[in-house]
Amino acid sequence: MSALREAEIKAAVLRVLNGIAPEVELDAIDPSRDLRDQVDIDSVDFLNFVIGLHKDFEIEIPDADMPKLATLNSCVEYLGSRVKQPLRESGRA
Amino acid sequence: MPSLGADMESGTLVDWRVKPGDAVKRGDVIALVETEKGVIEVEIFESGVIDSLIVQPGEKVPVGTTLALVRSNGGAVETQPPPKPAPAPAVEKKSPAPAVQAPGAIETPRLRISPLARKRAAELGVDLASVVGTGEGGSVTSADVERAAAPSTALKPPPVPKEEPYTAMRRVIAAAMARSKREIPHYYLSAMIDMRCSLDWLGAENGRRPVTKRLLYSVLLIRAAALAAREVPEMNGFWRDGAFQASERVHVGVAISLRQGGLVNPAIHDVDQKGLDELMENMLDLVNRARTGHLRSSEISDGTITVTNLGEQGVEGVFGVIYPPQVALVGFGKITDRPVAMNSMLGIRPILEATLSGDHRVSDGHRGGRFLLAINRLLQEPEKL
Repeated sequence: MSALREAEIKAAVLRVLNGIAPEVELDAIDPSRDLRDQVDIDSVDFLNFVIGLHKDFEIEIPDADMPKLATLNSCVEYLGSRVKQPLRESGRA
Repeated sequence: MPSLGADMESGTLVDWRVKPGDAVKRGDVIALVETEKGVIEVEIFESGVIDSLIVQPGEKVPVGTTLALVRSNGGAVETQPPPKPAPAPAVEKKSPAPAVQAPGAIETPRLRISPLARKRAAELGVDLASVVGTGEGGSVTSADVERAAAPSTALKPPPVPKEEPYTAMRRVIAAAMARSKREIPHYYLSAMIDMRCSLDWLGAENGRRPVTKRLLYSVLLIRAAALAAREVPEMNGFWRDGAFQASERVHVGVAISLRQGGLVNPAIHDVDQKGLDELMENMLDLVNRARTGHLRSSEISDGTITVTNLGEQGVEGVFGVIYPPQVALVGFGKITDRPVAMNSMLGIRPILEATLSGDHRVSDGHRGGRFLLAINRLLQEPEKL
């Protein structure tokens, strides 16, 4: 995944997260740490976050893949492998 | 002014949603009322026509004050009786009155302020309302707060201590919980529940579902608690005027922590009558509205039993304080893999500690034990929930 594409996906993930928990300081998130530990979101928030990714990236996210969304880095990696077309083409970026 | 909580003494009418002459039916939202727990949408509990307004937006009045007059469908003008600890009053809207956000109100939209920024603002004495947010989506960051504080620090008088919304809510919670511990002779029971069947079923079920239809395990717990409450009715109802009033309906209050701090306990209605899909939709909707300040009066006042789930915080067992006038609170802790002896074999099972805080004026350990047993039994057959 190119650095540009990675940055686009990361920005989109953070946008979805911000919609769920606007009070979170996005710049302070450690991309390698569990998101739920850092931003105090519960299971309802996390489900809303996954639904937000599903809608934003227009992909189905199987329940078995939920652990792959645990950190910001793993989110970007997972979504990068699932979304093949450039984000700008679908109006998401 | 309806009572929207065990220790609510007064409320501020924020805005009317109806005007004189409007026809209203039971359940319509007719006004917004601000309490220490936030802004609540007040529903009417009588059908009729709004006759006249009595309390105007911005006025703070005691619980029981008549807010408006409603002409019933039969034509008579009725004052809405001051509800005991539950119903909503008759109210209406005075023309297009501007919404009034009284000082100390919980902001209705989810606060776009980081906890760090809030803390910094308190330290620097910065009024958050005057800070322009430059973070994502206009959220206020600590840097914004420091910028707002910097230019005027030398000239600004010392900040006047002001009660934050969080403090006001904490005060209300303190009053309700102190009353509970003062008046209710609590007893506590605990039971370990093997969640293997429930988790297996849930995993298979969610594996077949799109993400928008997925179930959380907390929905199974709420449903099981509601069905168990129907089996053991001493857990479901209110202690009022020195006697227990069992409730025919099971409205489960769900303890929801708020981002800005504090806790609300709105109810999902008729949980025993709903399937898991509907319950899941209800719960998501309720949590989202609780966190954006859009709860309704009936949700605040109707709970007949409360469920609190602190498992996500790593808590193993919850021994909660009953929310008066209710008579029972069910607590669920974290599901933890534990060694368990079964059929003379040692195995690892996902164990959940379920607890009951019961009111000894209404029930005793025997009935409480039956209640926890029922929850356990129900969770062993999740497909029937």
